[in-house]
Amino acid sequence: MFYRTSGQFKTSYESDQALFPIKQDMVLLVVILATMYVIFPMFASEFTYKALLVPVLIYSLASLGLNILTGYAGQLSLGTAGFMGVGAYACYKITTIFPEMNIVIALFLSGFFSAAVGVAFGLPSLRIKGFYLAIATLASQFFLVWLFEKWAWLYNYNASGAIEVRTMDIFGLVVTGPNASPMVQYYFVLGIVSVVTFAMINLTRGRYGRTWKAVRDMDIAAELVGINLMRAKLSAFAVSSYIVGIAGALMVFFWKGAAEPNLFDIPMSFQIVFIAIIGGLGSVMGNFLGAILIVALPVVLNLLPEILGISIGSATMEHVNVMVVGSLIIMFLIVEPHGLARFWALIREKLIIWPFPH
Amino acid sequence: MTVMDPTLEEVKRKAEEREVLLDLENVSLSFGGVKAITNISFNIKKGEIRAIIGPNGAGKTSMLNVINGFYQPQEGVITFNGEKRKSMKPHLAVSQGIARTFQNVALFKGMSTLDNIMAGRATRMKQNMFWQMLYWGPAQREEIEHRKKVEEIIDFLEIQHIRRTPVGTLPYGLQKRVELARALAMEPELLLLDEPMAGMNLEEKEDMSRFILDVNDQLGTTIALIEHDMGVVMDLSDRVVVLDYGRKIADGVPDEVQSNQEVIDAYLGVSH
Repeated sequence: MFYRTSGQFKTSYESDQALFPIKQDMVLLVVILATMYVIFPMFASEFTYKALLVPVLIYSLASLGLNILTGYAGQLSLGTAGFMGVGAYACYKITTIFPEMNIVIALFLSGFFSAAVGVAFGLPSLRIKGFYLAIATLASQFFLVWLFEKWAWLYNYNASGAIEVRTMDIFGLVVTGPNASPMVQYYFVLGIVSVVTFAMINLTRGRYGRTWKAVRDMDIAAELVGINLMRAKLSAFAVSSYIVGIAGALMVFFWKGAAEPNLFDIPMSFQIVFIAIIGGLGSVMGNFLGAILIVALPVVLNLLPEILGISIGSATMEHVNVMVVGSLIIMFLIVEPHGLARFWALIREKLIIWPFPH
Repeated sequence: MTVMDPTLEEVKRKAEEREVLLDLENVSLSFGGVKAITNISFNIKKGEIRAIIGPNGAGKTSMLNVINGFYQPQEGVITFNGEKRKSMKPHLAVSQGIARTFQNVALFKGMSTLDNIMAGRATRMKQNMFWQMLYWGPAQREEIEHRKKVEEIIDFLEIQHIRRTPVGTLPYGLQKRVELARALAMEPELLLLDEPMAGMNLEEKEDMSRFILDVNDQLGTTIALIEHDMGVVMDLSDRVVVLDYGRKIADGVPDEVQSNQEVIDAYLGVSH
């Protein structure tokens, strides 16, 4: 009823190719952005920022990076956390070597390091595909974590072997370190995630997106329509690792505040792969839905008994949590194997013709 | 006055007059001990429809793969547009103006018809990643300019109604047509069609034949096609080359080829 497309005629290719050809989508986006930028900060406590909002945004960003590589370009990767680590350590080194540099610039610079490392480890993709490539990226995962541990220069020869984020400010406003206000950090992360997401939506619907999807769907045919496979695959690795690297730097600088090498170990890689798959491969929005399900839902479930006034031991709740989230994942995958993003697309189709079934 | 079919001499003379677009000289291709193509020479002239026929395993598809650079022949000289070809890569062949379709439909199944055809113009789009990320200014102008071209092809092949449909869900005949559209989007000088009518019913074959003739006629594209339906081949093509076991056994206008004893033997077999 509210989601009608009738009467919205396109008279130019500009309007047909607009980001939101349907007016209602635009309204929906404005509502979501208003919620994120205005309504959440009005009510959120420090706990909400630290445990819900910021983690969801950072994991969404990392998953978006992986989705570029796996969902769009079809190159399976299990090394996401390693590349996040490269971004984090690069940002750490940049801010130590150039203490005066603005953190935003340092952040975007550190992405280039993870992009370079990503391209290097993406080289095997020119020869191998599918599961075999996944194993090759797994090697990068182990190698990078080992490197973070053994190369003392990376963590400034700290006795603890960890990197700790010092206090930094942008024009007097403290954004990192123990004194930073969670709200400021939230806005910072939200701003960067918004910008990168906007850029990726555009990139994936233009020439690069088509090239990547062509390589994913049939690489031989892609080559025969004139696509240079090497450039297509390596550009996907570069863009993907760039975003993943930024996500890693954000995670350490704006959320955790400190990091040990094992933070970037394989469990996090898997978690991000799960987010991308459950959210929907080959979709930008899916990453956010997936991150909400995998990152935010367990936190909310843990709080639920307290809110409802039921007393359950925290250990029991932990188990219940695993069971509920696990069964939800299975349920969503059975109902829609292509992920939550497809689920939303189906709902949209139904809404357009509602109340008629066809 | 009745319209007379041109005589054999007239057809031959017309073929002679045309300029050579692609020339193959003594081309041989083998995979280890298997000889796919042995010492084949023939040419494709500008503006003609050239059919490559032969029984199964004759080396027809290998021939197309050699022409568009997918296989490197071990021997022989290939001249395209007056230039001798050294080593070749498929994506370079596209930029020289050679496009092709496949025996088994090779579309990008997860993408819409529009995106598939737009992908055919990938090599022609030049705007850098920065503008692409903004989808504004030069990037948007470029996108729209190519969209216009693609829409012309969509109109030409009458596939407006499936513009937004993912091609994986389309029926086979339409998929073949989308594949032709994607090849046309490359604006090729030479279009290679590998069994464009395989698995089609009569009506779809007639549609496809009409499109092939229209492409040749209105866009002036030179076409080389592999096809098993002899009726289609003899009606459409200007000249036919016949392969058997990787060798050329006949070459000429359809009437000549049809009456060639070696061709008849190759197709029907000979008693021993």
